Amino acid sequence: MISFLLYKGIVIGVIFTITLLIAAYSTYAERKVAAFMQDRIGPDRAGPFGILQPLADGLKFIMKEEIIPNVSNKLLFILGPCIGMLTALMAGVIIPWGNTLIVNGNEYSLQIADLNIGILYVFGVVSIGVYGIMIGGWASNNKFSLLGAIRASAQMISYEIAMGLSIIALIIMTGTLSLGEIDVLQAGGAGNDWNFWNVVYQPLGFVIFLICAFAECNRTPFDLPECETELVGGYHTEYSSMKLGFYLFAEYINMFISSAVISTLYFGGYNFPFMNNLGLDHNTITVLGTIALFAKIFFFIFFFMWIRWTVPRFRYDQLMNLGWKMLIPLAVANIFVTGLVLILTRG
Amino acid sequence: MLTDRSKVVVKKEMTLTERLYLPAIVGGILITIRHFFRKSATIRYPEKKREISDIWRGQHVLKRDDEGAERCTACGLCAVACPAEAITMVAAERKPGEEKLYREEKYASTYEINMLRCIFCGLCEEACPKEAIFLTDRIIETDYTRKGFVFGKDKLVEPVAERVDVTKRQTKDVLDFKKHKEYSHNK
Repeated sequence: MISFLLYKGIVIGVIFTITLLIAAYSTYAERKVAAFMQDRIGPDRAGPFGILQPLADGLKFIMKEEIIPNVSNKLLFILGPCIGMLTALMAGVIIPWGNTLIVNGNEYSLQIADLNIGILYVFGVVSIGVYGIMIGGWASNNKFSLLGAIRASAQMISYEIAMGLSIIALIIMTGTLSLGEIDVLQAGGAGNDWNFWNVVYQPLGFVIFLICAFAECNRTPFDLPECETELVGGYHTEYSSMKLGFYLFAEYINMFISSAVISTLYFGGYNFPFMNNLGLDHNTITVLGTIALFAKIFFFIFFFMWIRWTVPRFRYDQLMNLGWKMLIPLAVANIFVTGLVLILTRG
Repeated sequence: MLTDRSKVVVKKEMTLTERLYLPAIVGGILITIRHFFRKSATIRYPEKKREISDIWRGQHVLKRDDEGAERCTACGLCAVACPAEAITMVAAERKPGEEKLYREEKYASTYEINMLRCIFCGLCEEACPKEAIFLTDRIIETDYTRKGFVFGKDKLVEPVAERVDVTKRQTKDVLDFKKHKEYSHNK
């Protein structure tokens, strides 16, 4: 029992650290990617290539004056960013970060908890994430914050539907809600045992899921909640210091987790092509698989930033049109087609 | 219609591919990724300086003549010419024994240029009858206070030891004029 707790504790600690580290360096990467795409250099003063920039940013956030508006509801005002941060970190629990490691004959999974309803857990946690934004925006007692919060929650709730529907098609196909099992089903890939990743069977579902992930993370082109031109800063207008930092940080963690979920669901997670043809032992394959998973995650984080500097922001009615009139019908059609094909092929 | 450049605006319905957005987004993605690998246009300033013109109009210098005496006579023409009203000066009379310091009987005891007001147009230089003020290719240093940008004689007058070369700023007309020794200016 003690060893079990110790092993889980270590896994949790490592994943927690990695998540925070990646979120911190996503801010740096974001600025670098933005700079490169605009033919600039980006931050390069703090350390070599500006590698210490996240530390400098964090320090700045901590040292800044903390302002809590008099008219705000103080408890909720503080609770908002906490919930945002908490839910962002919670979703990492069910991601399978790698296959199993075998040490001294004992099998250790690199997944903190393989819930049999993994995907539903992700959706549940993400839905709570809306409360962080809503509470923060409402507690600020500021019209801009409230409008931003309303936009954010309306957007996230709308796109959650399409996201859930796009997942249903995948679940029909795989027959499981557990992320661990979905990963196992995609094992192999190219090589002797042909087995494609889910994206090959669910291209439309993937595109819908990706678009919804952008909306869920409040990223451009769906970053209306913090639309500067209309709403000052959106739901975090009144926030300063580390509380603002938490909101921004939570966004980057969400981006990381979304990338991990996309990689797991559609791109084989820790599986990589020719993994069974290399003739390596189990542990090496697992380590390589984890590296492959992170490569996929980094690609998707890059993709998030790439899109940010490509596509301009949607207008609010366009956003809602896209969500309700395009993505939801498409997702429903995707479910029907998937079901039909499965009935025809599997009998 | 005066030219054939005007275009008739047609409000046509978007085609299906246009309404899908995705092809256009893919096009945009390709554009941004091309820029991602392009060389950046940035010049890392303090370490690397951009090449500037030979006749760059930067920080002013108050010249001394060949003997090391200040050329400025505090006539005030530069201050009058200055469109930004950046120049102020106080005139003083040269005392016996100061002939080595000041070229003529009148000189500027204080001479200040407010570099925040200055627009570096070079009109002071054109106005000066004594070839005393020139703009040089030196860039004004930054400062934390407004006072720091008011340059006095300590910063403007060139040190005797290290003369500032302004030959590039002297136009052909000026050089031709200097050949006429009949003018007292050129003696």
